[in-house]
Amino acid sequence: MKRWSLGVVIPSAMLVAVVAFAVFGDFLTPHHYSASSLLARNLPPVFAGGSWEYPLGTDGLGRDLVARLVFGTRLSIGLALVGTIISAVLGTALGLISARSGKLVGGLILGAIDLQAAVPFIIIALAIVAIFGNSLSLFVVVLGLYGWESYARLVRGGALSAHTLPFVEAARTIGVSSIAIDRRHILPTVFNIVIVQATLNFPQTILLETGLSFLGLGIQPPLTSLGQLLGEGRNSLARAWWLAVIPGSLIFFTTLAISLLGDALRDRLDPTLRRS
Amino acid sequence: MSLSFLMGKLLRFVLTIWAAATLVFILLRLTGDPVAAMVPSDAPQIVIDQYRERFGLNESLPVQYLSYLRGILGGDFGISFRTGGSAWDLVAPRIGPTFILTGLALLLALVIGIPAGMYAALHRGKMLDRFVMGFSVFGFAMPNFFLGILLILFFTLSLRMLPAGGFDSALSLVMPVITLGMATAGAYARMTRSAVLEVLSSSFMRTARANGVPPLRRMTHHVARAILVPLVTLAGFSIGSMIAGTVVIETVFAWPGVGRLLVTSVTDRDLAVVQLIVILAAATMALSNMVVDLLYGWLDPRIGTSRRSGGA
Repeated sequence: MKRWSLGVVIPSAMLVAVVAFAVFGDFLTPHHYSASSLLARNLPPVFAGGSWEYPLGTDGLGRDLVARLVFGTRLSIGLALVGTIISAVLGTALGLISARSGKLVGGLILGAIDLQAAVPFIIIALAIVAIFGNSLSLFVVVLGLYGWESYARLVRGGALSAHTLPFVEAARTIGVSSIAIDRRHILPTVFNIVIVQATLNFPQTILLETGLSFLGLGIQPPLTSLGQLLGEGRNSLARAWWLAVIPGSLIFFTTLAISLLGDALRDRLDPTLRRS
Repeated sequence: MSLSFLMGKLLRFVLTIWAAATLVFILLRLTGDPVAAMVPSDAPQIVIDQYRERFGLNESLPVQYLSYLRGILGGDFGISFRTGGSAWDLVAPRIGPTFILTGLALLLALVIGIPAGMYAALHRGKMLDRFVMGFSVFGFAMPNFFLGILLILFFTLSLRMLPAGGFDSALSLVMPVITLGMATAGAYARMTRSAVLEVLSSSFMRTARANGVPPLRRMTHHVARAILVPLVTLAGFSIGSMIAGTVVIETVFAWPGVGRLLVTSVTDRDLAVVQLIVILAAATMALSNMVVDLLYGWLDPRIGTSRRSGGA
């Protein structure tokens, strides 16, 4: 039991630290994340001889890296959270519907699942961006589409077996509507599956968002995310490595914390669902 | 392996590519006028009309769709908006470098991942097992674009050993292949470990031990054979994540491949090229799924005769 709790406590502490940084980080710096200062360009961080006015230094436009990291973390985590929730709700709904509908609707949903799984999602995402242009609302839709097919497939499987349970058949016999059956009887039995899948989906959504923003095809300036910061910092690697390494490490730290926590949660929620 | 099994897999292959091509067609038409999405907003009407003519957009939708499918079948994937040449001519020379990159990365992942996973399973709970599992979590959480940048910082800017980008010599391969292969190696190690653990606890292993089969022979003749099917599954799955990885990694290392072309084409909104690359990606994945299915039938004859259900 001792080793068990350590596996939960450490990643939880890491995650709390990241979230606290994103929420309360404004108190760490008086500067605004997009305010540039001509007189304070390319300042080094404290550990490379800088001043405490800008503890982590500034970028080529004289913007405070601490303020940019705070805002970037906030946006990256917030977007990933919204994206995970959208895909969980969408996938669960479609999974439930496909499990109780006839050949036509069920087949359509299964076809959509197969189609989404047929091409790597980053390529679908890039195609959507190419066709519709780039905007924040579209970007949220793209993140929300990521991974819905995994929820749908798993929920469908769970729902199909739940439909054969005696109390579900009893409810159907006495004329409970199919929506009420889904909500009151099927959903609770597949809920753990959804949570487990969400812990896998969440860090991957962070990686998708930061990856697309890194490529310059996600979050656009003046907004910033951790991936966009890393992409900007990449251009001055030789001169100021910290501009890339600090945002990159923050992404890694965050996804690592969530993955470790997800592993522990998965073991606790359902030992038979341990995935490789 | 029956003929109907083969035909079924082939049909699935064709259907997948057809579906992907159709999806791109529908998405493009959803925006209304694809030309409007491509040309600058202040383009004169005559230019717009010319492009409409060139892409056959004055026809009805079903006619457009049929000529689009006919074009794909005949190897005509449209005209690149940026270069004015055919999209295929732009993509074709990029396929080789991407193939080399992914092939070597897959090899690296197999060579590192499978022995590491086997070793971890045989020494369950020991130091090295923990290390291998830690490494696999690390590979899952580490963004490949950040790993690539760290490698550039270390090997190019500090040690000045390796070129930062391009594809000029064998040395150019080192960092992209490591970046692409590492995450997959972690996944392989994890998967191999759990597959071996499962086999070790099976009844036929107990029988083999009771009959006095020596340990090495038990590994090569019993375990290795039994984990082949899960490993083939994983290799098939990892083709998708590898294709996804090339998009980012080729951009980080300025690799002259399809992935980087996709990113620049999306930035330029060069839709014909994007469309062709989506179809190529779908075809590659469908092909690897088909190979996986055929390998199943060969490795485990029970699969080829009865229909395999589920899966992905």
